[in-house]
Amino acid sequence: MPNTESNSYTILFSAILVVAVGVLLTLVFSWTNPSYLKSVELEKRQNILSAALGKSVDREQAESMFDQYITDMAMYTADGALIEDGSETAFTLNQAKEVKKGADEERFPMFKFQNGDTVRYVLGMRGTGLWGPVWGFIAIESDLNTVFNANFDHKSETPGLGAEIKTDMFEGQFRPKDGNAKALYGDDGSFKGIRVEKTGKVPQSSAEYQHVVDGISGGTITSNGVSDMLQKYLQAFTNYAEKNGLKTQGQALLVD
Amino acid sequence: MSAETTVQEQAPKAPSKPLFTAKDRKLITDPLDDDNPITVQVLGICSALAVTVQLKPALFLCMGVLFVMVFGSATISLLRNLVPSRVRIIVQLVVVAALVTVVDLALKALAYDVSKELSVFVGLIITNCIVMGRLEAFALANKPGPSILDAFGNALGYSVILIIVAIFREFFGSGSIMGFNLIPQGFYDMGYVNNGLFILPPMALILVGIIIWVQRSRNKKLIEAN
Repeated sequence: MPNTESNSYTILFSAILVVAVGVLLTLVFSWTNPSYLKSVELEKRQNILSAALGKSVDREQAESMFDQYITDMAMYTADGALIEDGSETAFTLNQAKEVKKGADEERFPMFKFQNGDTVRYVLGMRGTGLWGPVWGFIAIESDLNTVFNANFDHKSETPGLGAEIKTDMFEGQFRPKDGNAKALYGDDGSFKGIRVEKTGKVPQSSAEYQHVVDGISGGTITSNGVSDMLQKYLQAFTNYAEKNGLKTQGQALLVD
Repeated sequence: MSAETTVQEQAPKAPSKPLFTAKDRKLITDPLDDDNPITVQVLGICSALAVTVQLKPALFLCMGVLFVMVFGSATISLLRNLVPSRVRIIVQLVVVAALVTVVDLALKALAYDVSKELSVFVGLIITNCIVMGRLEAFALANKPGPSILDAFGNALGYSVILIIVAIFREFFGSGSIMGFNLIPQGFYDMGYVNNGLFILPPMALILVGIIIWVQRSRNKKLIEAN
């Protein structure tokens, strides 16, 4: 039996233990990671589809439905220039890396949903909450103005406060209710986007309210992060739509 | 009873020794009641509050804790004569952290939604006082067999409380168990509302308090002399 209290034994023991643990974890990681990445990918498909459909989608069906309904996708810059890059598609684009690139280089993904005559554009978004990243998808109707639906998720926002952005109470505000939908353009035709504001700051009766969703009380920093994210991605989408003439497909850019 | 077991402990291994001696059984049953890690030792309260809003994540966390405790205890017990005492806490931590990472990776691969729901709490198993507490107090000084039983018993004792709390919180807070709605729509139509307080962490503390109260009033061993 070696002297377990000597310095050299202690160092040797620690080194062996750490290497053994390292090898074990590497093996487990390389064994589990493929199916983890698959789940992440399926969830992304699910979120894009549920934003465009306005209802939740089974994970098992996500892949086939995605192929069926998402007929096109595109990447563009903040000022709306289309990016042709053979190596990556809007779906494989890693937005976590894109947001770090800075305003000039970031690429913005967009997915075109088509079901019969219904066409919607789903934008992938990513921003910053209080503790970590927040992200989501927002679906815009083919008039390129009306918001149809949105969903959000986050990494580590506070449960009950910032984490409420992924609840139906918050997401539901992006759906048309009683004929009142959120809109990207103001009545004067200028781009307004969607902002998250403190509840009651913009009265529901005002015309401005079609560009506003109510924030989370106690989750101000998360709400502001979502607000900035929405503005940024909606602005880029609008630039893209105006520049690349989505309206030439027979759809009016603005709806009065 | 205790005299008997002491004799058994000191006696050389008899060939007729049953698979589970009374002492072994006590290792499992004690933490369920007399020495429950949550209600008596008041360890691992953090996760009892955090993941008991619904039963399903609570069950997965219990399985995670059970896995980590059993394998952690077995590993530490096997290494107990090799571990330098000066670095024993770090060694325990490395073993526990490695096992927790395995649980986390396995959950991400096999039960992605649950892993999202549990998020940081899987990682927090590392800091669950019950795990390190049993390693330090038991596994480091005992053979693998009893250590595994002790870990198993404590993990069960922990799980029982978590499950009881989760059932109450999910039923009264969301009207469901395991995600299945149990309260008929008619009740809601008549004006019944789910109790939002049950969703909030303080209610878990109140429930644990009630469990401790009931347990202490029933179990005479736990009543203090004064």
